[in-house]
Formats: sequence, structure tokens, C-alpha cells
Amino acid sequence: MERSTLNLWVGFFVLLGFMAFLMLAFKVGNLSFGSSGKTYSVSAHFDNIGQLKERAPVRSAGVLVGRVSSIHFDAVHYNAEVRMSIDEQYHFPTDTSASVLTSGILGEQYIGLDAGGDDKMLKNGDEIKLAQGAMVLERLIGQFLFNKAQDGNTAKGAEK
Amino acid sequence: MMVDSVLKAVRVVGDRTLKIVERIGATVTFLALILVHSATPFKRPSLIVREVYYAGVQSLIIILVSGLFVGMVLGLQGHETLQKYGSEESVGVLVALALVREMGPVVSALLFASRAGSAITAEIGLMKATEQLSAMEMMAVNPVARVVAPRFWGGVLSMPLLALLFSGMGIFGGFVVAVVLIGVDNGAFWSQMQAAVDFRQDVVNGIIKSLVFGVAVSAIATFEGYEAPPTAEGVSGATTRTVVTSSLAILALDLLLTAFMLKGWN
Repeated sequence: MERSTLNLWVGFFVLLGFMAFLMLAFKVGNLSFGSSGKTYSVSAHFDNIGQLKERAPVRSAGVLVGRVSSIHFDAVHYNAEVRMSIDEQYHFPTDTSASVLTSGILGEQYIGLDAGGDDKMLKNGDEIKLAQGAMVLERLIGQFLFNKAQDGNTAKGAEK
Repeated sequence: MMVDSVLKAVRVVGDRTLKIVERIGATVTFLALILVHSATPFKRPSLIVREVYYAGVQSLIIILVSGLFVGMVLGLQGHETLQKYGSEESVGVLVALALVREMGPVVSALLFASRAGSAITAEIGLMKATEQLSAMEMMAVNPVARVVAPRFWGGVLSMPLLALLFSGMGIFGGFVVAVVLIGVDNGAFWSQMQAAVDFRQDVVNGIIKSLVFGVAVSAIATFEGYEAPPTAEGVSGATTRTVVTSSLAILALDLLLTAFMLKGWN
């Protein structure tokens, strides 16, 4: 086969492969130039994180604003210390509250941020003081049964 | 008598095992030999371009058509099952993850081994049988540098491109079945896929896999051709061995790589 035809075909092949790579990276995967990639880190202490994992989304009003970067057990306070990296273009007041939420019934768990009203904004390394952990089903049921039983007792007491 | 026959059976097992180990060792040694003699093809890239044409461009049709069919089947099967849970939109996630992580690299490597690997083995084996390799040596041309190394690098460079094209085509096939034919919502199909497929964890790991498979298939194919007995039966046996050995190597390496990629390298 002639050299130039060969080069043409191989060039065509390589370009096609490169196009497939770009499609997989941008159309199928989540690599994008949109987010600046620069983040700042904040932490929060939760009494229970449930099934929260590293790289889980951090959302505010349902919009993805960052990701969980690390989860550690705090041996001093006996709770979970969660660090999250928030996209630099989003700023939150210092009295923002964080809670571990679940998307859908069987969905993944994520951290929801509810902005407060403070003038000062969270900076890199700050801690979110208002943190609510995950709901644990067993405890919810236990609490419900306990309340029911107490309601019954008070009702009986009122009759007497 | 009983003891003798048992001992004989054990001896056969031992002999077989040692031969397999020896074969693996010889292949790896040959791989090292190719790497040592790789300067020549990189000084003359036209040698590699020719092999990329024969290994890569000529495998293009089978890879693209198979990818399309595999993607369409994944779309159909995925939709059928996900429908029961009311999450038909996740079919995009299923198709994309299955292809990018596993099917793309593995199936395209298996096809590549049978389409291009066998051709490389037959070509080199026949060159050896017709004493073209010996003739080169007589002219002080190293056959490993001139014949084997370009074919090896041609295969190694073609493999990731073919795997990417397989995955891309497969996702297109899944899109055609799920969105165009069945009517899954177009926006949800792509957005759920983008939310679930991670560039580093899924796409790059798939490319790493296909690179490893490319090295394995090309090394096995060139080794079997170079070591083939210089007879008609020898070449045909070597071609068969290339397909069998590289298919097994691909699947075994895939298990290892997947285990490490899912659990981390440490």
C-alpha cells in the first residue's frame, strides 16, 4: 500500500480514537471546564453519618456545591469529623447548618447545607457548628414507640 | 503398581505446570527483548504507522460493529430489568459503566487478539518458516528490532484507541435502543450517566486496562510467531495458541486490575 494512503488511514483512525476519548470524557464522564476546580475546605462534626461516603455530594438547595473530601472518627468527642471541599465560587455564612440527608428512599446520602443569616462568610479551615447527623431508622421507630407508650400513660393518668 | 500410576499422574501434572511457567517466563523475557530493541521503530515511525494500519485500522470495522451490538443489547437488557424498579432512566448509567469499566477494554481486547493477534503470529511465523528472518540476520539486520518491535508497538498503540471506540460506539448503541426506540427521556439518560461516570475512576482506569491488555496481546502474539516451529503445523498451532493464551491472559489480568482498581493499590 502506498505510503500516503497508509498515513491517511492511520491519521483517520487516531483522530477517531481521540474523538471517542473526548466523548467519553465530556459527554459520558463528568470532566468539565465549567467548574473552576478551586475549592476551600470546611469541616463539621456529626454524631452519626449513616452511610455517608467520601466523594459524596455536598448540596445546597439541591445544587451540587462541593464534595466530601474525608471522613474521620474524632477520638476526643466520639463523633465523626467530616471534611468537605466547597467550590470557591460559592460562599456560605458562618451560621450555615449542615445535615446528612438521603436522596430518594434508597438513594445515596449527601450533605445538605442551609445558609444562615450571618454577615461573615466561612473561610478555608472553618468549622460548621450547626450539624445534624443522619436519621437512623431503628432509633426513629424506638422514639415513636416510646412516645406512643407515654401518650397512653398520660391519657390513663388524666382519666383517673 | 497403584503407587506407580499415582506417581506417574502427579509427574504429568508437575511437567505440565513447569511447562506453563516456562512459557510465561519465556514470553516475559521476550517482552524485555522487544523493549531493548525498541529504539529502531521509534527512530523510524513509518514502521509503526504501517503496523497501526494493519492491527488498528483493519480491526476498526469489527470493533465498531461489535461495540454497537453490545451497547444495544445492554440497553435492551438493562431497560427490561430496570423497568421493574421504575428507574428506566438509569439505563444510561448501566450501559456507560459496563462499557467504560469492563466490556470496552475486555471485549475489544478479545476481538483484537483474534483479529490482529492471530494475524501477527501467522505473519511472523511464516517469515520464520520461509527463512526471511534468518536472511535478515545474514544481512546484519536484527529481526526483533525490524520485524517484531514495530508490530508490538503498533498493537500497543492501537489497543486503547480501539477500546475507546468500542465504548463510544456501545454507548451510542445503548442511546439508540433506550432513547430513540424505547423512548427513555433523553435528558435524564445523559445527565444520570454524567453524574455516575467519573473521569478518573472509570474512563482513565478503562484506558489503563486496555493499555495493559494491548501489551499482553502484542507480546504473546509476537512471541508465539517468533517461537513457532518453522512448519505449516507449527504456524497453525502458534496462531491457535496466540488466541487461547491471550484470551486467558486478558481475563486473568482483568480480574487482577479490577480488584486493585476497586480496592485501591495499597
